[in-house]
Order: sequence, then C-alpha cells, then structure tokens
Amino acid sequence: MAGLSLPALASAVTSLPAPLAAYAGQVVYLDFWASWCGPCAQSFPWLNEMQAKYGDRLKIVAVNVDTDPAAARQFLDRHSARFEIRYDPQGQLAELYRIKGMPDSLILDRTGAVLHQHEGFRSERAADYETAIQQALGEPSANVRSSH
Amino acid sequence: MKTVHGLSLLVLTLALCACAQIGAKPWQRGTLARADMQLDADPIQTKLDEHIYFSKEASSGGRGFGGGGCGCN
Repeated sequence: MAGLSLPALASAVTSLPAPLAAYAGQVVYLDFWASWCGPCAQSFPWLNEMQAKYGDRLKIVAVNVDTDPAAARQFLDRHSARFEIRYDPQGQLAELYRIKGMPDSLILDRTGAVLHQHEGFRSERAADYETAIQQALGEPSANVRSSH
Repeated sequence: MKTVHGLSLLVLTLALCACAQIGAKPWQRGTLARADMQLDADPIQTKLDEHIYFSKEASSGGRGFGGGGCGCN
C-alpha cells in the first residue's frame, strides 16, 4: 500500500491517484471487475454500449483486480471489451476507493473527485447507471425518474 | 504472580491485535469464488433438501431462503 493514503470513504478521494493520472481532464467511469465475478460478465455488454454512446466524452476504464493475469485474459477472450482495461492485482486502487463489492463502479469528474458510486450490476438498474453518467457529463437526463 | 499477570496481559493484547483484519476484501474473493471452494457440491440438490427440511420442520428461514411450513413455497 506504499504511496497511497486511505480515506474513510471513496468520496473523500478528490484527485486522481498516480495510476490514473493519464485521465486527468476527462470524466472517467471507473469499473472494478474480476474474472470470477458473474455480474461483471453481465456488465461488459452494457459497458460496450455506454462506450459506443458516450465514448467521445466519457473515458470508461475497467480495472481488473485478478491476482492471476491469465484469468483476466481468459475472461477478456470470452467477453469482448471495447473500452480501456487497467490492471490492479495488488488491489491498491480497489483499496483507495473503498470497493465494497464486485463489480463496483465510480464516476470521477475532470479533477478526479468522485461524483457517483454504485456497487454491483443489475440490468434492471442500468437506466439509473446511465442517468448518473448523463448527470456527470452535464447532460439533461433522458431517463426521467424520481430522484433518490 | 506478577509474571503471570504480565504474560496474560501480553496474550490478551496479541489476541486483540489479531482482529485488525478479518476475512478477505471484496476484490480478494477469487479463490473463494471457485466452484471447488463451495460448501455445497450440488446447489439444486441442496435447495431440494432444504425445501423438504423446512416443510417438515414447519419453520421458515435459515439457510438463505424464506417460506412457510406449508410445503407450497
């Protein structure tokens, strides 16, 4: 864990940590996934869809937390990913953002501050996740829902 | 006697210190998620067994699913 301090809450992270420094100035959708995680596999087609829809304004970065890189490769052979993949085998980023489940997704603003976080992936809630993306991008939301 | 007290204090302190990290973090469950690490080898068989058990027991709840004692759930 050298070099990364531990805030109590993910929302306390207000700037991009070193491994993500390349994405400064962009709105980032950070998705933590693992090869052994079923809902992660379900989320990949949806992430591809979001990439196609918002890829010009939103940087989708899927952070793999497998300790075995071969397992991650096998997963990617089966589930195509048209977005960026990063590897975090030591769980440093997962620890930094206080990941509570798998998958776990965050939206970071252009400075790296956490705008949104949700745990797990349920297809029936995909509209809510998309609304969070639209809000982060400062777009009027197409999915009108009661705010929660 | 004083040594015994000192020793038990040391043991107690060490025992309490050992609780700082309990279990695996959510991103460290790769090994636990493996099929050969599951407690039940056959989930469908377990579900059937549980269904019969809870029906006969006329109780509900317990191992991860609810229901009444009617055997109809």
